[in-house]
Amino acid sequence: MGDLLQFHFMQNAFLAGTLVALLAGAAGYFVVLRGQSFVAHMLSQVGFPGAAAGALLHVSPVLGLVVFCGAAATGIGAIGRRLDPGNRAESAAVGSILVFSLGLGLLFYRLYAGSAQGIYAFLFGTILGITDADVALTFLVAIAAVAVLAVIGRPLFFASVDPDVAEARGVPVRGLALAFLLVLALSVAITVQIVGTLLIFALLVAPAASAIRLTARPVLGVAVSVVLALACTWLGLTLAYYTNVPVGFLITTLAFGVYVAVRAVRA
Amino acid sequence: MHESRALDFEHAAVRLGGREVWSDVNLEVAAGEFVAILGPNGAGKSTLLKALLGVVPLSEGAVRVFGTPVRRGNPEIGYLPQRRRFDPDLRVRALDLVRLGLDGASWGLPMPSAEKARRVRDLIELVGATAYQDRPIGELSGGEQQRILIAQALVGGAKMLVLDEPLESLDLNNQQAISELIRGICRARAVTVLLVAHDINPILGFVDRVVYVAGGHVVAGKPEDVIRTETLTELYGAPVEVLRTSDGRLVVVGQYEPVTHHPDDH
Repeated sequence: MGDLLQFHFMQNAFLAGTLVALLAGAAGYFVVLRGQSFVAHMLSQVGFPGAAAGALLHVSPVLGLVVFCGAAATGIGAIGRRLDPGNRAESAAVGSILVFSLGLGLLFYRLYAGSAQGIYAFLFGTILGITDADVALTFLVAIAAVAVLAVIGRPLFFASVDPDVAEARGVPVRGLALAFLLVLALSVAITVQIVGTLLIFALLVAPAASAIRLTARPVLGVAVSVVLALACTWLGLTLAYYTNVPVGFLITTLAFGVYVAVRAVRA
Repeated sequence: MHESRALDFEHAAVRLGGREVWSDVNLEVAAGEFVAILGPNGAGKSTLLKALLGVVPLSEGAVRVFGTPVRRGNPEIGYLPQRRRFDPDLRVRALDLVRLGLDGASWGLPMPSAEKARRVRDLIELVGATAYQDRPIGELSGGEQQRILIAQALVGGAKMLVLDEPLESLDLNNQQAISELIRGICRARAVTVLLVAHDINPILGFVDRVVYVAGGHVVAGKPEDVIRTETLTELYGAPVEVLRTSDGRLVVVGQYEPVTHHPDDH
C-alpha cells in the first residue's frame, strides 16, 4: 500500500474518488427508492454535450456538465411526477431529452474538432488525470450536495414512499422532487470525471440497488450504499494501479459483481 | 364554540373545474363519533375529505375542525388516502413507515429517540402489527398494509382519523377485521372517524351515523334513517330503491343506472 499514494495523480484520484463515492452512494439510495435510475442515466448522457460545450467555449468542462445537467434536471422537475408505477410521462420526456443531448454532443465535438481522446475521456472517465483544481471543485460540490441531502433527506424519503400522505402533512412534494433532481445533476456532473458518462451506473445505481436489497432500514441503507460505493472505488483504483486494466472497467465490474451477488443471495 | 364538536360544515360548497361538486352542506360531527361517508362514484365523497384536510378550497361557507378553520397539515387529523397497494418492490420497513407519521415532515437528519421509538411501538401494538413491523411494507398483504397506515395516521397524536375507501380491495375477513379495529380505536381513544366507503354493508354494524353524498347535496343521520327509499330518492332527485336482503344487507338499486321511469316506484 505504501507506494500506492506516492504519486500526486494517485492522491488526487483517491481524493476525488472518495468524495464522488460518498455523494453517489447517498444520492443513489434515493434514485433507487424513487425508481429514477433512467433519469440518472439521462442526466449522465446530458453530461456529454455539457462537457463538449464547456470545451468548445474554453471554460471548464465540469462547468458545462453542471449547467447542462442542471437544465435537464429542471426540465424533468417541471413536468412533475407522482409515484405511479409506470412513470410514463417522465420516462417519455427523459428518453426524448436523452437522444437529443447525444446528437447535441456529437455536433459540439465536430465544431470543436476535438480529439477522439477527449470524447473517450468523457465517455469512460479520466480519474488518473484529475487536477488539483478538479479536486477542489469536486470537494465543494460534494460537500454542498451531501449537506442538502442531509437537510431534505427525511421529507424526501416521506415524499418518495408515500406522496399523498406526505402532501397532506404539509411536505412540499413537488419542490422536493425538483431539489433532489438538482442534487442528482450535481452528483452526475462530478461522478462523470471518475467513471465517465457511460459507466455512471457503477457508482450511482449499483451500490444503492445492492444496499436496498440487503436492508429495509432507510438510514442503514444509505450507509451501506456509501460503503459499497467507497469500497468499489478504492479497490478499483488500487487494482488499476498495479495492473494494466482500465479503472472504469474495474469499478463497474466490482459494483456490478456486488449487485449480482446480492441479487443471487436475496432474490 | 361547542367543546365536543369535531367537525362543522356550514353552508359549505366546493367548485372544481367550474363544476359545483356539492353545495349548501351543513354537517356536524361530535368528537368520538364513527361516521361513514357514502354515495355513488363521482358524487364528491373524496372531495368532502379533501375540503376538511384543507387540500381543496371552499367556494362558499365554512368548515371547522375542532373549532378552528381548516388548514393543510393539521396534526389533529390522520389521513389515509385512497390508494392502490404499495409497490411490492418497495423495500422499506413497516416500522419506518409508521415513524414517518411522527416526524416525516421535519427537516434535517433523523436522530434516535427512545420516546419516539416507544410511541411508534405502542401504535404498532395497538393495530396488532408487531409481528411484521420489521418486514418491508411492499411484501405485506393489503390488510397488513392498512393496519400499518392506520398506525402511521395516529402516531402523531391525531384526534380525527380520515380514511378514503380503506376497505376497498380487501377480502371480507379483512374488511371485518379492519372495521372492528377502527371502531375499537374510535371507542378506546375517543378518536373521531370519518370513513368513505362505496358499500355500507361491511361497516353497517360499526358506524354511529352515515353521511350520504349524491346529487350535489348531503344528508346525514342514523343508517336506518338515511338509507331508505324515500330519503335517497329525494336526495338523488330520481327513483332509488333500498332493498334489504334476507341476511340483513342493504342494497341500493337504481343509483348507477340512467334514470328510467317506473310508474310503480314508491
